[in-house]
Parts: sequence; structure tokens; C-alpha cells
Amino acid sequence: MSGVARRQSSPGGRAASAPLLGRETEPTIFELSAPGRRAWSFRTTGLPEWSAEELVPAEHRRAAPVPLPEVSERDLVSHLTRLSHRQYGVDLGAYPLGSCTMKYNPKVCDEAAAAPGFRDVHPATPPSAAQGWLQVLVELEEALCAITGMAAATLQPAAGAAGELTGLLLMRAHHELAGEARTRVVIPESAHGTNPASVRLGGYTVATVGTDARGLVDRAALARVLGPDVAGMMLTNPNTLGLFEEEIVEIAEMVHGVGGLLYYDGANLNPILGVVRPGDMGFDIVHLNLHKTFATPHGGGGPGSGPVAVGAGLVDLLPGPRPVRVGDEFGFATPARSIGRTHSFHGNALVLLRAWCYIALNGREGLRRVAETSVLNANWLRERLRGAYDFPYDRPVMHECVVSAATLKHETGVRALDVAKRLLEHGFHAPTIYFPHVVAEALMIEPTETESPETVAALADALLAIAAEARAHVARGKKQSALLAPRTTPVGRLDEARAARRLVATFDARAEPTT
Amino acid sequence: MGGFVPHTDADIAAMLEFLGLEDLAELYAVVPAAIRLAGLDLPEAVSEADLVASLGDLAAKNRGAASGVVCFAGGGAYDHEVPAVVRALAGRSEFVTAYTPYQPEVAQGVLQALFEYQTMVARLAGLEIANASLYDGAAALVEATNLAAATTGRSRVYCSQGVNPRWVEVLRTFARGSGQAIEIVGLRDGVTAFDGVGAAPAGAVVVAYPNYLGVLEDLAPARRAADRSGALLVVCQDPIAAGLLRSPGEFGADVVVGEGQALGNPLGFGGPYLGLFSCKAEHVRRLPGRLVGETVDREGRRAYVTTLRAREQDIRREKASSNVCTNETLMAVTAAIQLGWLGPAGLREVALRCARGTRYCREALLAIEGVEPVATAPVLREFAVRAAVPPELIVERLLGEGYLAGIPLRQGFEGTSAEGGLLVAVTERRTRVEIDGFVSAFAAVVR
Repeated sequence: MSGVARRQSSPGGRAASAPLLGRETEPTIFELSAPGRRAWSFRTTGLPEWSAEELVPAEHRRAAPVPLPEVSERDLVSHLTRLSHRQYGVDLGAYPLGSCTMKYNPKVCDEAAAAPGFRDVHPATPPSAAQGWLQVLVELEEALCAITGMAAATLQPAAGAAGELTGLLLMRAHHELAGEARTRVVIPESAHGTNPASVRLGGYTVATVGTDARGLVDRAALARVLGPDVAGMMLTNPNTLGLFEEEIVEIAEMVHGVGGLLYYDGANLNPILGVVRPGDMGFDIVHLNLHKTFATPHGGGGPGSGPVAVGAGLVDLLPGPRPVRVGDEFGFATPARSIGRTHSFHGNALVLLRAWCYIALNGREGLRRVAETSVLNANWLRERLRGAYDFPYDRPVMHECVVSAATLKHETGVRALDVAKRLLEHGFHAPTIYFPHVVAEALMIEPTETESPETVAALADALLAIAAEARAHVARGKKQSALLAPRTTPVGRLDEARAARRLVATFDARAEPTT
Repeated sequence: MGGFVPHTDADIAAMLEFLGLEDLAELYAVVPAAIRLAGLDLPEAVSEADLVASLGDLAAKNRGAASGVVCFAGGGAYDHEVPAVVRALAGRSEFVTAYTPYQPEVAQGVLQALFEYQTMVARLAGLEIANASLYDGAAALVEATNLAAATTGRSRVYCSQGVNPRWVEVLRTFARGSGQAIEIVGLRDGVTAFDGVGAAPAGAVVVAYPNYLGVLEDLAPARRAADRSGALLVVCQDPIAAGLLRSPGEFGADVVVGEGQALGNPLGFGGPYLGLFSCKAEHVRRLPGRLVGETVDREGRRAYVTTLRAREQDIRREKASSNVCTNETLMAVTAAIQLGWLGPAGLREVALRCARGTRYCREALLAIEGVEPVATAPVLREFAVRAAVPPELIVERLLGEGYLAGIPLRQGFEGTSAEGGLLVAVTERRTRVEIDGFVSAFAAVVR
């Protein structure tokens, strides 16, 4: 019926493994510490063994060593290995966090970043001795420009939010050069939360524009909010509802018509790779999240990488120094009117190298295939969920779909949060919930292209089973099991209010021991 | 076709049929025809084997440890010992391939490791609270002055010339948006002349310990300057030097930031690194970035969760004083593992070995005729020298001999006695043989 044949009795993509022995708490490393234990050793240097007293003036010398834990190497290994068993990762199973593009991270990219010829190069190495690195950075910039339809890019921003702020400072510098002091930046109400925060740090105030009945930018509202004091507009396309802003060319004309610049939040670039480019839509500034679209591992919350690409009119403003071609070789150059550095060195180079590898491995056709399949998976999943969840904007989607548990909650008391926690018990990571804010009880689901049809089917089955179970429990007058979820994870649902009310952010802040 | 899309042609046909579509292009019916792309201007896909081969060719064009170059460069990026156990543990795919811990029940591994990291970083700083890391040292400094400006309501920043000049440039870049006025306080024999900082109100006084020239500055004058101007004292701390030095907290620092690369992370041509950030508990509501706190689950078991989320950009939106979202979690986990490997004695030992190598190398270089110190004040693990030969030339020539000699002092030191100097770092990995060879080669170049 759904077009996906069952090739195995137990559908894939789920985390079916469990900790070996129950759900005991792992002690902190401080509790594992025993005085005098050690793991360290260093090179034999043959240098004179001057004492600390001979080397450090008394007024600077610390009285006692920094109180760090004292553990053996073996204990360090078992502690961290046990912690790793309490952690979900995309290597384990599907991770359908909407807007986060948690696709599979190719292993060869990690191996490239671990190669000593790249890994062990100091960032102050002169260009003559870093030609391999500079070639990678220049070629990556060129590829990102080809993908986005822009003229040049900076690779310095270390994450998407850093890219956003860099982009806004470029916008500011552009207007200042024209002698204009504009004050407002327009963002849609469905925008990522980083957008308004970046706008403020860019020295602007936020003007919000609403969403129309289709889930797209309300152009009439946009016309009302635009004016000569508007510096620009930040937009993601497809937007956070997973919908393509099909009037983007008209929107660009409106923003440009008041002298503003159009900023592309690249969080949702994945579904349009090779299909349509931000530059061709009319965007002037584009940030990319390499840890989303270009499959670099996110490390549990970083490292990211947020290059910013710009149109020809803004190239002179880019942060520097920039890796550039110098004849047949590579060097650094700082643009004439550069806004200045945004990173200590050249950006998150080992992440940039992985993205370069990913683009090479996919190539021209492969990147388009990535986009198409991500859209196929999202639409297929969405169609499977029809009837069980609400479709607030019932239109074909791009890489992700936003469905609502509002009716489910009304009928059964099971909220989006409970669906998410119950899904953990089915062995999947949960989708993004309660975002975008324009949808009540939102579940924002992004399967990505690297999940097989069987995995997407199993995810759909799990989401359907959760909704069906909730409705069946109501029919039978049973207590909702989703409210108790998760019960199979290393810990159960957390008292998040207590964490904020009685802040314990270090081991030393513990007033009373917990077990 | 790249191997990362599992769908067979039959899969795609079946899924399209379920959706009532003829082909994949129909998925993009909403994209206006006028802006559709005919095809990407990129090469065809390469196989993994071909990619590995071309990576090998590119890596061969880089000159680092892999090609026998011995590193004497620092400036915020140091060639420290990273043991196999740190790489093995930090490379576990559960840590590497996780996203931000939005579902804490299945993210206790990362959350507990961050809790342990926060504890260790706060202890290094001698302060009460540390966040879960920021992008790098420069980003941590920017967030520190933002916190100070928001706390004091003042936008003037007195920044020592001894702060890493690249960080100061980043500070200036972001001041374009925040409106902060960055005023540089100059150095005298390598030490910040804070006596010149008067009573003008300010948001932050920034000083580095040790400073960019490697000099150990007394932090008391910085504290007094902060008190005179009503500012918070922000100290840029070197976490390795902390093994021997008093903590900035002992000197009365309000915020301590630092570059955490030296804690188990590779040089990596500049990133990803991590920004260390600690502050007094009274500033926790303005703490930038993520913070992990301890709590309990429904059964009363100890557990960890990102907390005080109301501070964060996605909740506060345009009221936020920071836009930080992603941080450098994997680098922070790595730092916590490295600090666990070092322990109290190991951290002291690595700092001590750096200091020994630094004294030995500095004395040997200064014994060369024509080589002068940039500052005579005490140093710990890095120092600056000058010679008649420009530092860029020294670096290029010594690369030919197998040494990365250091970092030329230019930007940020224009018109000062440090301009044209060379910043040299010696870590615990440098042996007497390496240093002797470096000094001989240096002498041959400057003679």
C-alpha cells in the first residue's frame, strides 16, 4: 500500500540495543578519583629539571595543583565508554530532528580530518608550507559559490549563528558605505530563534512579518513593514514549515525595491541542492550550515561551520584574511573594505575539509540526488501520517514536514512532547517539537535522504502506533502510557524545572548528594 | 552516484507511485521555472578510493609534523601531547554523531561529560560557573565583553595590548554591531600600563594571563583599573599555564575566557577549537551559550539536562544578549578527557615542562649575537625575540631546515617595540635535541 516492501522482519533504522546491565547511574569522574592515581606520561626531553620555584615568581605561583580528578587510563576508558552507551547518535539510528538535517556522516571524511598531513598543521604556517590546506579551502569556497549562486564566501564563521551575525555585519557595512543608517531587519515569525538574536547583536531591531494561510510569507504584511529604514530581510527557503516560498522572486524584488538586502538562512538548503540556488532567487547574503547539509558530524552540539557567501557587490567587505588563488598557487588576501576577522584563525578547518570531501564524493549529480531523495522521504513520511496527526498547512513539502498533535492532544491528552518521548521507546530519536511556534503542538520531522525507505516506513509506523495507542487507551479508559515515556532509556523523564530552580552546574555546586 | 543515498530505482518508483507522482522533478513543481537550475557547475563524483588518493597528494603539500617540521609556534594554538586514549574516546561515534542534546533521556553521555567539563573549567579559572564552551578563544572574549556591557550598561572596553591581536580584531569586528568602543591599553616592557586607565566609566577591562608576548603580568593593576572605571575584569587565561599559575579568580576576575585547543585538540590548521568561559555565579543569568545542570528523573535518579534555557537565543529571540546556539561540544568533551588524563599532577607537570623548555630555548636564542628580547619581564611558556632579520624571513628560512620558528609580531603592535619581533612557543613535546637544532639553525639565519 505504501510502496515500501518489507525486506526484513524487523524494520531497520532503530536503536534496538540497550545498556548491558540495567539503568544504574554512572558516577562522575570526580567520584572515581583516587589520590595518587595517574594516566599521564611525557616525552623524555633531556632538558634541565629546573623546579617551579626557579621558573615562576612566587607572586604568580599557585599554592596547590588544580583540583582535577585522578584516574587510571583504564578507569578513564571505562567511564567514557559507559557514558557513550548512554548517548544516541546518528550512527545508531534515524535522527529525524527537523531543521537539523541529521544525515549519515561518511567515515572517510573523518579519516581525512584525522590524517596527520592535515590535522597536525599549525594555523600560522606560512602559505608556502600550507598549499594543500589552502587549495582545499579555496576549492570549497568555489564549490559553495557554485551551489549557492554567489560570488565569493568567507569560511571563518564557526557555526550557523556566527555566520548569521557575520552576514548582518556585512549588511551593515554595505549600508554604511552608502552613507545610510538603516535600523530594522525583517524576519518571518516562523524564523529560527537565532535570527532575531543575531539581528539584535548586529545592531538592528527586528520587524516581524506574518505567515499567510498557505504557510508562506504574507506579502501584504511584508509590503506594510518594508520602508527606507529596512536594512534587509532574513529568510530561509524552504521555510521552517518545510514549504518552498514560491513567490521568492517577488519577495526579493520588494526588499530590493526599498534598498534592502535579502539574507538566506542556509539551515534548510539540503532539499534544493542542484535544483535552485539562493543567488538565482535574489538573495544577496547566504550562510550555510556545513554540519547539516554537508554531512559533517555535529559532535553532540558542535563543531559546526557556517560559511557566508555573498553577491558580487559585497565581496570587498568579506572577513579576511581569505584563502585565494595566486597564479597557480594559493595564498591569503584581505579584502579592501573587510569588516575584519570573525575567527581566531581560518575557521573550523577540519570541518571544512570534511565538507570538501563530501562534495567531491557526491559530485554534480549526487548532490541533486541528495536533495530529491530528502524531499521524497519527507513527503512520503508525511503522507503516511495523514489522518493520525493534523496537517496545518496541507501542501507538498521539501525536506521536512511539520505536523501537529493538537487534535491528538484534544482527544487523548497526549501532547507533542509525549509523542516524542514515546518515540524514544520505539528506538528512534524524536523529531523537533514545539517549533515553529506558528503551529500548535508541532512535530517537525526531517528524515533526510540517508534513511532507507524501510527506516522511514518504520518511523512512520512508530508515529502511527503512538497515535493509535493513545486513541485506543481513551476508548478503553486506560491511562496513557505515552505520559510515562520514556521507560527504556538510561534515565526517565527529567525534572527540568528542578535543574533551573536549584542550579547545580558543577560538581562543586552540589548541596546534597544525589544517587 | 554517491553511496550515501540508499534508495534503489525501484524504491523511488514505488514511493513516487504512493505519492501519485510521475517523477522526482514533480516534487519541485512549486519552484518557479525561471529560477530552476539546469545543473550544478561541479565535477562528477569521485570514488572514496580516488578521494583518498587525492587527499594524500594535497596533504603532501602541507608541511607539519607529518613532514618532520618541529613546531615552535603558539599564539593560541599549541603542539601538546595528545595520547591515544584521548583520541580513541573522543572519537567514539556516539559522541561524534550526536546532535545538540534536545532529548536528554538519550543524551546523558554528552550531558554528563559536559557537566564534568564545566566543573574542571570552573576550577581552572577559580570561579563558580563555566558554560559548555563557545567557538574559540576569540568568540569567548566577544561574549565576555557582551556580558560585561549588558551587566554594567556601559559599552567602553579597555583592552590590554597583550591580548591576542587576532582576538582583538574579532572583538572590533563584532563591536560594529554591538556599538562597543574598544580602547587599547599599551604595553611597557611587555606589561600593560593600566596606570594610564583613569576613572572613565567602562564595561570591561580585559587582560591576558600570560599575555600574547608570553609575559606574566600582575593582575592587581588590572583589577584596580576595573574598580576605578566600574568595569568587570575579564581575564584571558591559558589553561596549560594554569597548571603552575594562580587562578584569575584569586586575582578577582569576574569573567575568565580562554582558548581550549591546548586541552587535547589537534592544531588542525586553526579549528575546530573551543572557547573556555567561566564567570562568577552572580552573572549566570547572562551566561552565553549552553549550560548543563544536574537534576533527577522521575524515579529520583541523578541525571543531566541543559538548563536555564530561558537565557538562550531560541527562547529570548531579540531580547537575547547572545546568539550562540551550536557550541563546540565535541572539543569540550575532548578537553574533559584530556584533563582527566592529566589530573592535577599531570597538568602541573606539562606546565612545568613547558616552562623548562621555554627558559632553555630563550636563553640559548638570546645568547646569539644580535638577538634581543622583546620584553624582559618574566615569561612562562612563550616569549618574543627580535633580530636584524625580519621575522617572516626567519620563518621561511627555518621551514627549509624543518622548524616552524614562531609567529611574526605585526598586527596589533604597530609602532611598538614588539613590532617585527618573533613569538616563540616551547611545549612539553620539545626535546633538548630539537631545541639545540632549532637554535643552531636560527643562529645561521640571523647571522
